[in-house]
Amino acid sequence: MSISFGKTSLAGKVAIVTGAGSGIGRASAVLLAERGAKVIVADLDEDQGRKTVAQIGDQSHFVHVDIADEQSAKDLVSQTLSKFGRLDIAHNNAAIYLTGPEIGDTEKSVWDRVIAINLTGMFLAVRAQIQAMLETGGGSIINMSSASGLTAQPGQPGYVPSKHGVIGLTKAAAVEYSGRGIRVNAVLPGPTRTPMTQDLIGKNPGLLDILNAAIPMQRLGEPEESAEAVAWLASDAASFVTGATLSVDGGFVAQ
Amino acid sequence: MSVSSNRLSLEGKVAIVTGAAAGIGRASAILLAERGAKVVVADVSEEEGRQTARTIGDNARFVRADVSDEQSVRDLVAATLSHFGRLDIAHNNAGIAIGGTELADFGKAGWDRVIGVNLTGVYLAMREEIPAMLESGGGSIVNMSSVAGVVGQVGQAGYIASKHGVIGLTKAAAVEYSARGIRVNALLPGTINTPMVQKIINENPGWVEALTAAQPIQRLGEPEEIAEAVAWLASDAASFVTGASLAIDGGFVAQ
Repeated sequence: MSISFGKTSLAGKVAIVTGAGSGIGRASAVLLAERGAKVIVADLDEDQGRKTVAQIGDQSHFVHVDIADEQSAKDLVSQTLSKFGRLDIAHNNAAIYLTGPEIGDTEKSVWDRVIAINLTGMFLAVRAQIQAMLETGGGSIINMSSASGLTAQPGQPGYVPSKHGVIGLTKAAAVEYSGRGIRVNAVLPGPTRTPMTQDLIGKNPGLLDILNAAIPMQRLGEPEESAEAVAWLASDAASFVTGATLSVDGGFVAQ
Repeated sequence: MSVSSNRLSLEGKVAIVTGAAAGIGRASAILLAERGAKVVVADVSEEEGRQTARTIGDNARFVRADVSDEQSVRDLVAATLSHFGRLDIAHNNAGIAIGGTELADFGKAGWDRVIGVNLTGVYLAMREEIPAMLESGGGSIVNMSSVAGVVGQVGQAGYIASKHGVIGLTKAAAVEYSARGIRVNALLPGTINTPMVQKIINENPGWVEALTAAQPIQRLGEPEEIAEAVAWLASDAASFVTGASLAIDGGFVAQ
């Protein structure tokens, strides 16, 4: 018997992935391409972004973007349209993670930087993407929130509020545009083995045991596991899913 | 270019779907089989259940089961093991809707029945499924909640309580068993074009407009759209997803 994967295919679709130079963004870009999409690999880091493109091959293209910059977000979409002619999928993944002091001791400049990239950057990206998707008859937007979008951990000034904000922005956009064919959802990864997490573990050798013990599944997630959620939400298999939050966290927020 | 779908495959896996005679359960049983699983079609309704099994063919087998009955659920899992030799996937979907009266007038018999099937039935099913899955090295359980698992609706006290309870039961099981290879998640469908909903619409002709207007996506969902989420959560593509509640509701609970 032949196995059917019909609605999970992304053949013929064009995707943007921001922050695609490493970690979850890179894994998503690679998987979206494997499922058949053409992929714009967007990142601030040109060297890393071009490595992702080299891994995928001809059906991907690098675009340099500073997601906190209004013009850069607009240029990203217009370059996507000029390269591949349409936009069907956007995975807004670019973000920064700053650990710091408690809120009472946090500088406003630190707050401003996290909010500018993680939340305002997402607004700027979504705004530009929606306009392009309405032109081509709809699309699927997958915004990167986090387990920190539902829960808080100490010493993450700005990060926790920014990721909560992403969920609100996702619902707001979903309620407005779902009737016009654009689905908008949020993915909420738990602790995941990205270069960022590896770096933190490298500096703090006890951290890996602490993280494992804090996750019911007792291990970190892999970037490819979040990418699977992105690819599914991007596909027609998720045609009635919009305004939803999907945790990919080994049970972290269930406890 | 060949499109890669391997982690979505259910080849070699054995599934139980309760309430598989009609609606979402039938669509899920069919899709799980299309993705390669062998499926036990369980229902109290024998004639329609056998029809689902016939639609699927050799990869399916009907087992009559009343999920509110302890012995019947034991027999269901035993029949699955004796016919297909293992258990990897359980979609605990069987549910009933009893409503129409406000809480102060909600009869205890109706309450007992809706809790007995929708909540105690999921507990009984998981209690039998989990040991069988531990024997087979792990598995994925997909429990049927509802948007009524996170919001209230008038005249549905028992249904609302049961579906909220399913989310709690899902998280409790996920936290306990995820480290031993069993993932447990809940689905929250919105208003879906099932025989149950069609019957309500036929009796109240104005309702389809009201129901449609209440969905940001401006239409009802189809059973096949829920089945896609079941098949995804059942697969290795969702390997870090556990304890999660996934709304498939056209944006209903986002508003």
